[in-house]
Amino acid sequence: MALNVTIHRILRHRRFLNSANSTLHLTNTRCFSHAPSPSPSQSSKANDKDPHSGSSSLKDNELAKFAAISDTWWDSEGPFKPLHLMNPTRLAFIRSTLCRHFKRDPYSTRPFERLKIVDVGCGGGILSEPLARLGATVTGVDAVEKNIKIARLHADLDPTTSTIEYCCTTAGTYTHLNSFLLSIAFSHWVYAYQDHFECSQVIEHVANPEEFCKSLAALTNPDGATVVSTINRSMRAYATAIVAAEYILHWLPKGTHQWSSFLTPEELAMILHRAGINVEEMAGFVYNPLTGRWLLSDDISVNFIAFATKSQNAI
Amino acid sequence: MNRLVKKSVSNFFALKIPSKSLCTGVVKVPGSNVAEILNENEKKENTTSNSIQQYDIAIVGGGMVGMALASFLASMPMTKQLSVAIIDSSPALSGSLSIKKEDPPDPRVSTVTPATISFMKDAGAWKYVEQNRHAYFDKMQVWDYTGLGYARYNARDVNKDFLGCVAENKVLHSALLSCIQDSDFKRTIYPLRLNSMTLNRSSMSVVRENMSSRESSSAQGQCARLQLSDGNSIYAKLVVGADGGKSRVRELAGFKTTGWNYSQNAIICTVEHPSENRCAWQRFLPTGPIALLPIGDKFSNIVWTMSPTESNQRKSITEEEFLKDVNSALDYGYGPHPTSSLSGTRDVFSWFQMDTTVSANESFEVPPKITKLASDRMVFPLSLRHANSYASKRVVLIGDAAHTVHPLAGQGVNLGFGDAYSLSRIIAEGIALGTDIGEVNLLKKYEAERKPANISMMAILESFQKAYSVDFGPFNILRAAAFHGANYIPPLKRSIISYASGEQNFPVFL
Repeated sequence: MALNVTIHRILRHRRFLNSANSTLHLTNTRCFSHAPSPSPSQSSKANDKDPHSGSSSLKDNELAKFAAISDTWWDSEGPFKPLHLMNPTRLAFIRSTLCRHFKRDPYSTRPFERLKIVDVGCGGGILSEPLARLGATVTGVDAVEKNIKIARLHADLDPTTSTIEYCCTTAGTYTHLNSFLLSIAFSHWVYAYQDHFECSQVIEHVANPEEFCKSLAALTNPDGATVVSTINRSMRAYATAIVAAEYILHWLPKGTHQWSSFLTPEELAMILHRAGINVEEMAGFVYNPLTGRWLLSDDISVNFIAFATKSQNAI
Repeated sequence: MNRLVKKSVSNFFALKIPSKSLCTGVVKVPGSNVAEILNENEKKENTTSNSIQQYDIAIVGGGMVGMALASFLASMPMTKQLSVAIIDSSPALSGSLSIKKEDPPDPRVSTVTPATISFMKDAGAWKYVEQNRHAYFDKMQVWDYTGLGYARYNARDVNKDFLGCVAENKVLHSALLSCIQDSDFKRTIYPLRLNSMTLNRSSMSVVRENMSSRESSSAQGQCARLQLSDGNSIYAKLVVGADGGKSRVRELAGFKTTGWNYSQNAIICTVEHPSENRCAWQRFLPTGPIALLPIGDKFSNIVWTMSPTESNQRKSITEEEFLKDVNSALDYGYGPHPTSSLSGTRDVFSWFQMDTTVSANESFEVPPKITKLASDRMVFPLSLRHANSYASKRVVLIGDAAHTVHPLAGQGVNLGFGDAYSLSRIIAEGIALGTDIGEVNLLKKYEAERKPANISMMAILESFQKAYSVDFGPFNILRAAAFHGANYIPPLKRSIISYASGEQNFPVFL
């Protein structure tokens, strides 16, 4: 019920929004993404699966889960509170690894100037906005239409973040992400490969992580970077991220995560390696219940983040 | 046509939100008038929305703590590019008042702890303080009227050169102002008062309606809007309330406070004495403590706490009578001198002999005799007040706006400087990670850092205040024992000194 009402309001207000802002060419992009890719020269890299194949039922459930709570993305006390609290810690890791890799001044207030970053599975833009404030040219990608709408509205409120481009893979599932990503490589507003792909808390919801990583790799610049953060498939993670977070503390709605779709760090490293990306650094996130804050640590048994680079001479 | 209707309807809805945040009872005009006035402003702003200045931070209140925050921000590389608006109608900020060395000392002084001195040195403001009158002191003596015990503290106990420095408030303030003026920090001083404040609550539906009515100023949708006393407005991503104990920001933002008024007033004045003074003296009398703090040259500052009737009486008596009262209060009045029982007590504590403090060897000294009154006598009521929370979305409180304490330990403004320092570091951290500085999770980090420290200091001061207002035999002996303990047990004494100097945030020993 609430869902329908919200969508109506979005549609009604969009008619009155000044079309001079960024929504116009983004609607173009949305039409673009409906069609599976007609990309001849990418055939050697791409594995263009039949877009309508595969069991979409599992993925639709995943999407429905997120669509149900997407209005509350920017409510820092709402269901996404754990993500808001974890955000500065993720950003600290990203900032230090990217500054080191791209030889940027870590004391600058905008160290990511001229860097093109794609945030895959951006949700409401929680990670994209700080990255834009740090100077990067950010593109946010998400499979849930509502998330993209919320993200665009929120980003437009601050002049520094209104430059973020958001697109939606409205075809509906992440197996289509392959074709979508290949198609954006040819759209008029992405005129070079991306420097950096950011994929945070997404890969555990993806049906085929290997294909997913291959797509990310295909569009990263040589000597570009990929950062993936996800949850480890360990007993401790089961106890913490599923039992504690979903059933006891009620931080996340029940059923948000499936333990079987978690990846261990070794598996992630292997998948990325097969896609031509080498993991250089890994760190874990640890929650301190006394202060209520997340910290970076060497403990990768529950939440972990990996920084990887595509080698210089890869294609 | 549809669009116009929609626009005016959304205008009306948008106006509903400002009047909601004003309903804390502050606005004296009835709600509908306010809506009309705001409507007029809205129309003007829709056409001239480019002329509303937008700032990153608006510091409401340009006193010592507000200026300290501005100068800390100016001195850090991460934050010096922020644009700051300082809103304060006091003439001290317009630079028209200059400090002349020949002026007699102003009775409004503050004791700054070594921790605060180091913050100001980092920001580059301390050198300006040293150019004007200031007084380092390295000794302190505390005793009470019963004559049963005393405690002497010496900076050498903790291997330091001084326990603190006393300076006039105007000296500290102008030092911070000069520090900011020297740097190329983007600050604008608004010599006005804050009338009201509009904060956009984070609900997305509000955002959508606002966006449809103010297309050109949609980028300001996320900021707080402050209406100033001359009718103009400014936008700011973060509003800092540094406007003192009767904070308007705290009122407008709806922070609740806890606290009570002490049934005590403080008389402050400057006095002169024949010889130089490098010691801070404090004697607890039945009605309240009297403190003598060196200011420099041969001047000292008196802070005397007493009941309101007594304070009114002492304010109006002649100078000679007042000086007689002061000398009696510091000296023989109310009770005998404590005996410096070095020989007796040393045996009891002789196992500490390895680890004695310099001050344990010093005997009780009588404070200098006051010969002249060098300024007017001022009277201030004392109270304790603490805001229940320091931060909410886009608003944060620092200094006296967040907490007001009893002056008996000279800690009030130092807590405020600690707040300013902590907030400036948190803002720098936020900018380093690309956070929106008005985001409540970031501001709550500042609160989590400062609130426990402030509350524990307030609890200790409050317990001192209560303990010394009781005149009851066994209790007096307990207090005397506490004095002896503090004086002759070195680890306790060192811990007390470093807590009072701001070196440690919590009285871990206690």
